[in-house]
Amino acid sequence: MARIIVVTSGKGGVGKTTTSAAISMGLAKKGYKTAVIDFDVGLRNLDLVMGCERRVVYDFINVINGEANLNQALIRDKHCEQLYILPASQTRDKDALSVEGVGKILEELSKEFQYIVCDSPAGIEKGAHLAMYFADDAFVVTNPEVSSVRDSDRMLGLLSSKSRRAEQNEEPIKEYLLLSRYSPDRVKLGEMLSVKDVQEILSLHLLGVIPESKSVLNASNSGIPVILDQKSDAGQAYADIVARYLGEEKPHRFIDEKKGIFGKLFGGK
Amino acid sequence: MSTDPQTTPYRPPALEFKSSTFSVPVLILFDNDMVIIEQQLQEKVRQAPEFFKNSPLVFDLQELNKQEREVDIAELTKIIRKLNLLPIGIRGGTAQQNQQAITQGIPVHSIHSGSTSTPAPAPAETVKPKKITPKPDPKTEPAISTLITQPIRSGQRLYAEGDLIVLAQVSAGAEILAEGNIHVYGTLRGRALAGVQGNQEARIFCSDLQAELISIAGTYKISEDLDESVRGKPVQIYLQNENLIIQDL
Repeated sequence: MARIIVVTSGKGGVGKTTTSAAISMGLAKKGYKTAVIDFDVGLRNLDLVMGCERRVVYDFINVINGEANLNQALIRDKHCEQLYILPASQTRDKDALSVEGVGKILEELSKEFQYIVCDSPAGIEKGAHLAMYFADDAFVVTNPEVSSVRDSDRMLGLLSSKSRRAEQNEEPIKEYLLLSRYSPDRVKLGEMLSVKDVQEILSLHLLGVIPESKSVLNASNSGIPVILDQKSDAGQAYADIVARYLGEEKPHRFIDEKKGIFGKLFGGK
Repeated sequence: MSTDPQTTPYRPPALEFKSSTFSVPVLILFDNDMVIIEQQLQEKVRQAPEFFKNSPLVFDLQELNKQEREVDIAELTKIIRKLNLLPIGIRGGTAQQNQQAITQGIPVHSIHSGSTSTPAPAPAETVKPKKITPKPDPKTEPAISTLITQPIRSGQRLYAEGDLIVLAQVSAGAEILAEGNIHVYGTLRGRALAGVQGNQEARIFCSDLQAELISIAGTYKISEDLDESVRGKPVQIYLQNENLIIQDL
């Protein structure tokens, strides 16, 4: 039985697709057979970030409508054999998604895969609802600013009331906080909420902090998930997050500001 | 959802068992004269016809049996049903009376542990109250309090008929309402409305006041009206001469 992870946030532009690409790659690299599904029907993005946009033949909606089978639509990642991508359709809208259709596909994937990562669209409408409906775990991606935190809080409320686990009175979805685009320097200047502030508002288990990094944009543009860039701080942050999710103990990094070369030499503030 | 079981693997189960407690009026008999019982019961029903209409009822024969006075269960059931009451149980009956009740489709309830009467399985079509409070009076019965241990998130709304106790935070954009008091042992950032049915004695207690709005029996204050001196502190809020008083705890 696969574990279904939804990457969600409520707000757009916080890094859901980057996170979906990174953690699905991270899990696959650890040897788990992983599928990542783009739920953002109408706004296909995940295939770009994963660098497989030129190999898309069939999509999620084709499979739901029975126009293609899963094996035809799943794209094997070129960096990792254990990772498969199910792209979203760009020509349909979210009304093409249905609870039955999504449920059936997830059930079929569950037989073959160990982890299924659902990349949720922004908002709280149908696409986002269906992305989280069947989830076992939720990665709530939040930026350190008030509107993102508020939207995440709203999403957490939906996770605990509108999901399959909630409706059937099962054990609730496990929720994890991923704080992305974090910049300790700006926190220090008071321009950004701190990890502590966000945790206080959301009271949620922190899985990791992803620092604001140029490597994220580079990775997206070149279609290589940032986790494969092991030199970058964002890549390392995602590697830590995957390891923590799988139960490893890793101290949190990237929360405090980096000391420059002089700072290191003199240990000054 | 379609009804074809082949295509609906996530169909929720159609039924489940849960135990529940109901409060049901108990009719205690002191006399076995059916004519007098019918007369007096009719009189009671006439005083509050809406309350008694189709009301479930348990009859208690303990007092009669203490005086060793016989009663015809079938006849008694007939009278009760004629007055639009629905007998759903007998208690304090003798073994013979209990047997008669069962044949009438009426479950047997024990008066308390150690009683002579033995509980019998309820017929499938009747609801068996798990416990019967000794002197139930639905009008004055205190409302039950609701306990919440999970955070109440933005966009969630919660209504409690009695008191509401929240052990976690109430997020900004969330709304909690109670007919009684509200206790929040986390940070209160959302809206809290106590005494929503007009109870002016209701109070709000919280360990960290950062609310968007607080209200008691319709009298409210919004965040902007909250004095800095009470923010972020444990306080209680109550109504005095139609003014909201916020007091440090």
